[in-house]
Amino acid sequence: MVDLRYFAWLRERIGTSHEQMNTDAETVADLVEELKARDDVYAQVFSDPAGIRVAVDQELVEFDAPLKNTREVAFFPPMTGG
Amino acid sequence: MRIRVQAAPFDPGAELTAFSRTAKGAGAIISFTGITRDLPGASLRHMLVEHYPGMTEKTLNRIATLALKRWSLKRVLILHRYGRMAPGDPIMMVATAAKHRAEAFQAAGFLMDYMKSRAPFWKKEVSEAGETWVKAREEDETALNRWQA
Repeated sequence: MVDLRYFAWLRERIGTSHEQMNTDAETVADLVEELKARDDVYAQVFSDPAGIRVAVDQELVEFDAPLKNTREVAFFPPMTGG
Repeated sequence: MRIRVQAAPFDPGAELTAFSRTAKGAGAIISFTGITRDLPGASLRHMLVEHYPGMTEKTLNRIATLALKRWSLKRVLILHRYGRMAPGDPIMMVATAAKHRAEAFQAAGFLMDYMKSRAPFWKKEVSEAGETWVKAREEDETALNRWQA
């Protein structure tokens, strides 16, 4: 079971900030494919991965990062702090 | 090192005074305050700042630790607000204290550049015209490169 978190426009488009998912995905990219296959909203949100950042257990990673023993995966746009 | 992530407004002057008092042995203190910028025609109603609780604090701690390793600093402050900001409201502040000014200036620039594109904050502008997520700027990403040499 993985906790999924969404922020900013991804949260608004998906319609939730948080959900749980049963998955055997080995990498973030695999997980994204699983989400896209769910329905059109996810397919649209993840249609341009270049505009999305991902954190695994609160560490920024690339989409090829492994998901072994992962508890939390967060998707969000490039940060605009400061 | 002091890291604060808060919804409450803050007074940059009071923060700087408090910071200066705790920076024993410093010969130079630099502070930067980020202000909520209005939109053309003063049309910004407010700005909403969202963040990733947990990851935010972790990231800011890491950035401050990197700065403390790289420069000989007496003290570092990072303060960032989330929630609703009115035009002109301070959003965030960094302060660095060092023996000499060069280190304090460099460390403050480093902290700002990392905060801009590595700390998990997102800004949304709410105006008469609607709501817009602020886009990340390419320059902010390239600004990071100068520290990676």
